[in-house]
Order: sequence, then C-alpha cells, then structure tokens
Amino acid sequence: MSRSKSAHDPLINQLQAVLPASCIVSDPVSMKPYECDGLSGYRQMPRVVVLPETVEQIQAVMRVCQQTDTPIVPRGAGTSLSGGAMPHKDGVVLSVARLNSILNIDTQNRTATLQPGVRNLAVSEAVQHLGLYYAPDPSSQIACTIGGNVAENAGGVHCLKYGLTVHNILQVKMVNLSGDIVSFGSTALDAPGYDLLALMMGSEGMLGIVVEVVVRLLPKPDVAKVLMAAFDDIEKAGNAVATVIASGIIPSGFEMMDQAAIQAAEDFVHAGYPSDAAAILLCELDGVEEEVIAQIEKVKTILAETGATDIRLAGDEDETRRFWSGRKNAFPAMGRISPDYYCMDGTIPRKELGNVLTSISKLSEKYGLRVANVFHAGDGNLHPLILYDANQPEEFRKAEEFGGEILDLCVAVGGTITGEHGVGVEKIDRMCVQFDQASLAQFQAVRDAFDPKRLLNPDKAVPTLARCAEFNAMHVHHGQLPHPELERF
Amino acid sequence: MPDLSSEIVSQVQVAYEAKTALNISGAGSKSFLGQQKEDSQPLRVTGHHGIIEYDPAELVLVARAGTPLREIESTLSDHNQILGFEPPFAESGATLGGAVASGLAGPRRAYSGAVRDFILGAGFINGKGELITTGGKVMKNVAGFDLFRPMAGAMGTLGVLLKVALRVIPKPDIEQTLILEESDELSALKKMNLWAGKTQAISATAWDGRNIRIRLSGSSASITHGLALIGGEHLTDEVYWQDLNNFKLDFFQQEGRLWRISVAPMSESIGRDLNQLVDWGGAQRWLKSDEPPEAIRAWATRLGGHAECYSQDQSISTYHPLEENSLALHQRFKAALDPAGILNPGRMYPGL
Repeated sequence: MSRSKSAHDPLINQLQAVLPASCIVSDPVSMKPYECDGLSGYRQMPRVVVLPETVEQIQAVMRVCQQTDTPIVPRGAGTSLSGGAMPHKDGVVLSVARLNSILNIDTQNRTATLQPGVRNLAVSEAVQHLGLYYAPDPSSQIACTIGGNVAENAGGVHCLKYGLTVHNILQVKMVNLSGDIVSFGSTALDAPGYDLLALMMGSEGMLGIVVEVVVRLLPKPDVAKVLMAAFDDIEKAGNAVATVIASGIIPSGFEMMDQAAIQAAEDFVHAGYPSDAAAILLCELDGVEEEVIAQIEKVKTILAETGATDIRLAGDEDETRRFWSGRKNAFPAMGRISPDYYCMDGTIPRKELGNVLTSISKLSEKYGLRVANVFHAGDGNLHPLILYDANQPEEFRKAEEFGGEILDLCVAVGGTITGEHGVGVEKIDRMCVQFDQASLAQFQAVRDAFDPKRLLNPDKAVPTLARCAEFNAMHVHHGQLPHPELERF
Repeated sequence: MPDLSSEIVSQVQVAYEAKTALNISGAGSKSFLGQQKEDSQPLRVTGHHGIIEYDPAELVLVARAGTPLREIESTLSDHNQILGFEPPFAESGATLGGAVASGLAGPRRAYSGAVRDFILGAGFINGKGELITTGGKVMKNVAGFDLFRPMAGAMGTLGVLLKVALRVIPKPDIEQTLILEESDELSALKKMNLWAGKTQAISATAWDGRNIRIRLSGSSASITHGLALIGGEHLTDEVYWQDLNNFKLDFFQQEGRLWRISVAPMSESIGRDLNQLVDWGGAQRWLKSDEPPEAIRAWATRLGGHAECYSQDQSISTYHPLEENSLALHQRFKAALDPAGILNPGRMYPGL
C-alpha cells in the first residue's frame, strides 16, 4: 500500500478507520487489475479499491461514502461485458469477492443461501451430490459471482427453458447507501408489498450492494441430449428455430453459429462440426428419458422439413461434450483468427433472425470488418462478434459504430439493445434510442428513490436527458431519429 | 379494438393537476382485495381493450389492459397455447390489467411461474399522467429498470396499466389429475415436494386433509412417466383446479374469514385443528378461520412468510404489514412513480 497516497487522501484515512488494512488497496500497481472489467476497451483507475470481508464492513464503507459523497462501483468477479464494473475516477471500487460462503442449503425446499461473492458454478457444484443445480448459466459461470448475476439479471444457454436470474431468485438482502440492510422477497414464493426483488434484478449496482441471495435449486434432469443440425443457408436455420418452438417444444438450449464461427471453432477444438455449413444449430432437449426420446424424433422431423442438410444426435457423453465445446470455445477461438473482437448483445423476435443476420453481413461489408455470429437462437439473443485490430488506429471506433448500428437494427425490429450483458457504460447512449424521454426520466426518479445523491455506479445504465440530447444531436440523420416511425414498444 | 390511451392519459393528467385520487377499475372481479378510498374518482379501463399483437410462433401476446382474460385465453387456445400463470376469475370477466395488478395466479404458479415471471414489458401511465414504456416483447431484455414487474401485485398504486406483453406457453398435450389418500400433513408435503423434484410434468398439487391431488401436464411420454412415479387413482373431475382457482370449492363456502398464507413449501403445519387447504405443494395455504388476525400473521411471519386476508372486513387489512425500513423504501418508490399519490391511494397500505 502506498503510504504517501493514503496520507494525502482523507477518504482512505476514513476507510482505514472502518476496515482492516488488508481490505484496502490503494497503490496504483495493485489497483491495476481493477481498472476494467470484461469490456477491456474501457479503462479507468479508481481512487481506491476495498475488499470487505463482512456485511458489517460493507455497511461501514457505505456510510463513509455517503458522508463524503464518494461514488461507489460495486464489483463481483469483474466479468461484465458492458463495463458495469468499470471504476469511477473519484470513487471506491467495492468488491464483494471475499464474501464467498455458501451459508445454507435447504434440501427440502430446494434453495441455497449465498453470500454475493459465491461463484455461479460453485453453487451447482456444491449441490451436485443432491441431484440439484442452479439453472442460470452465463458463459462466464466459472468466474462470475451471484451478486453480479443479480445486478445484471444474468442469462445463459439454459434460460430458454429455465429462465433468467430473475426467475431463479427468491430473496435478496442488500445494503443501501445509508448502510442499512433491506430485504426483498422471501423464502416463500412471494412477499408482501411491491415486488422490489424483481426491480433489483438487472439494476446494475445502482440500487444497493447485494449481500445475501437465496436461489432456487432445480432437480437435475434425468437425461439431456444434443442434436446438431447443419444448414446451407442461415435464413433456413433461423426459420428452423422458430418452427421448433412454435411446435410446442421448449428445448433446454437452442444455439446457432454461423460460417465464420463454425470455422474458427472447428479449427480450435475440432468439435466435429461440418465446416462447410452456412450455419449450425445445437438443440438440447432434457427431461425424463421417454419424453426426450419422443422430442428428439419430433425435432429431427422439423429440422429435416426446414432444410437441414445434416442432422446428428450426440451418441454418448463424449460426443455431447464435443458438440458443446465448439460453442463454448467460440469466443476464444475468435481470438485465434483476429487480434481483438467486440461482442454485441441484442435480442430480437425470433422471426427476424434471418432478416437481421443478413443485414449484419451487409453492415460487415460496409465497415470492412469481419463478423461472426454465435448466439442463443432460441430466445432471439444475438451475439455478433465484430473482429478488429486494436493496434490499427480507428478500428475500435469503427467496430463500435458498427455495433451501434446493429443495436439500432435490433430496436427497429422490435427488440432490445441488450439481452443479457447489461447497458453499463457501453450502451448507455443507445438507451436514448430504445426509450423515450419520459421513460428515461422515470428510471432516474426510481433510482433517486434508492440513491438520491446518485453515488451508486454513477454514469452507467441510465442516461441523463442531457446526455441523450447530446447523443441525439450527433445521431440524427436528415433531421430524424433513427426509425422515428417506431412505437418504442 | 378501441385505443383509449390518450383519453386515459388526459384523465390522469387532470387528476394530477387537481390532486384528485383515482380509483382504477377493470371488471371489478377482485374488489375484495384492499381498501378502496370512498371519495376517489373512478377511472375505468375496461373500454381500452383488444389484442394488439399475437404471433404464436414467438410465444408472445401483447394486449391492452382492459382486454378480458376470456378473450385472451380463447385466442391462445385456438393456437394451442395458454397463459402460464393460470389467472383466476376469467369467467367473471376479469381483465388482463386486473390480473397483472392483483398478481393473483392459479395452481400452476408453483410449477411454471408467477404473473411477473411472464411479463415481458408494459406500457403504463404514471401518476403525473406520463406514458411510460418499460421492457419490450422479447424473451431476454436487460435494458432499463424492469418497472413492469413490480406492476404485478401493486394493485394499480404505481401506474395505470395500458398494455402488457406476455410470454405465453404451449398448451400441454394432455392434462390428468391423480388422487391419493393421505391424512398426514407432513407426509403429504413431503410427497408433493419429492415428486416435484422427480418429474417436470406436475402442474398443480393440493392437499385437503384427506387426499392429495396432483395434476400432470405434458406430452404423453412425460405423463406416462409421472403416472408410474406417483400412482394413485385418476380423477375424472377436471374442474377441481378451476374451482380451486375461482374459490368455488366447498372449502371456500365454509364459515370463517378466508386467509391466504404464503410460506416456504415445507414449512410446518399451521395447526391440525384449523380448517385449511394446502395449495402449491405447501407454498400457499388457504385457511378458513376466525382466529385473531394478529395470531395468524405472527405465525406466518415467524416462518418467513406472510398472510393476506381475502374476506372483506374494515377492521382487517388485506395485506401483511411491512417492516419499517421496507415501508419507508416502498413510500419513496411509490413517490417516484406517483408523486401526488393519486393512483389507488391506500388500496394496499395506508400512505402508499
């Protein structure tokens, strides 16, 4: 710890009065890992990082920050892809990583009580021997924390059938800006008063610090089988997804990869994908064996009817793992074919899949940047990966602009700018495209009800109207906002 | 399909300026919930009705708040789909807006989700007469606060709902109800929860002191599996669940106030000598009792749950009291949406 800095910064002195020295990081070298999260294009050194070990310490930190008007940036594992945990230059980064105990597992009611720093995957691992698991499985699940999952309303492959974080949490305790503990939800299926538990989900650290979470645990399905289908045309693949779901089957996972993604993944992990396909689908069906067998037959028929050129059922565990490994390693595989990539996250109605993917490939030509698509097709959640080289001047800016156009397109077809990654700092300007002024002002008013000084994660997720006015002034084409004809939902 | 948005917006604007309390009403099928302010001005939303958008392949339906559930359910049924939360009182003309505002859900709720779980987005008028849109009509959406979810169960105190986008679910190929004798409560709770952990086919469970009833929903393969797992006799009387949902079972006609008690499913018994009907695998317990309200509420609180009184009685509030710091936060949240306090004031709690 740098003595000179702490001696000069009264805030650090105040934090030292409420925290052990081992919980404060204030020298630039040790703070370096905190300057960004998973969105590494955006960086900012914080004033100080605190790593409390108890809820009481979090309460004390909040009181210090409130008294000194210091911004607070909550942080779990720092895996956010939207800059949700990017520090504030005058603020404290409050990491919950050290509160990482599983406090209770209730086998009868199938729930677990967790501290906020418990890793997502650690929950499923801890209850595996009971035949249970925690369903939301964001791709960062090996590292990301349950506190961060609540803040972002994290999704994942299996939320198509089992829901997002909001559908799998029963109770949250948070510390508010005054340092008091407030509880939302209950161990019952509902709680008295307003459903503020739901409001906490995806609130991006603006309403309080999550200090305890009760999650629902689900019984592990008897069997899970994976089908892979190849298509010679991406629109046909999109259509196949919509047709399967319209038939009344809800797969537990339904993923799509386009040509660029297939090729990169195949070169990287040899998953056994047909590398000449324009698109492949991975469709996972789970449940009791008799039902899964019946569903496989039904899905196979639909895939064939919608034009699949090749349909394969993973024969054993090994092949199942291989089919998934290509999907799971698609992002690192991109790292092999491009120095950098920028991951987008819009959701659209399923019927627009083909149309939007075609438009994205046209935009790719316009910007001269390659794009690969790997995404949750079942719920229309796109993840276009824009490939660029950060060492080339202008390329990141171009990638951002390209990404922005993709998001505008998502809004235009009735979708949203973010399906599961959050708004953060990354998409804050695009909020001005998706929401009108009254709705944005309403969001600010709600935030003020929890945090009137706007100290919790400031300048993220919800833009001020002034910011939107500035953005719109730059973003207006021929005197009109993009897609003025749209009713914003 | 009349769109009365602008008329309703101006009514709320006028009320905001004059600080007139509004009493928002749909079909009135849930008027037994909460306290209605006597001198408030009625704001009827039933005229604002109609399904705006429905694409069965998307599993999404968008409708105006005044649309009768009957109309929505019959449209969905034509395409082999249903509402996942099984709202009550459709036969009494209940509207979508009322179903969302009350947050009431039927037997299926414990297995497929609550009203708030199926809402994808909503357009509503806040207490200043401004049209607010939150959420959308896609499955995954984390842009902006999910203000549409707290609308469920807020009894219209946070906004006048104008339109709601819902995720709908495929209609199960088959539904079948089983009945098994069981007179011991703990053993009934254990069985219901054990089975729910072994099959995804269960869509409703109830225990009435003598029998467990279980409804299985799904494909023929999953029903066959469920039947083999659970055993028992098939019940032909399929209206049981509808009657439970609409308070038409004999149980509801008995003497005593009707209480809804919400606790963790495996919670201990409220008492052998009390007249109860266990629903939602134990998570919802209906009680007919004239025991002192304080005693019933204290019991629910001790178990981490809450108790609501569904019998109209001026001396007993419907809703369970809030803790002090929670109430303060509720008041600030309400004020953020309805600063003049004109939307159904006091319907849930005094001062909200």
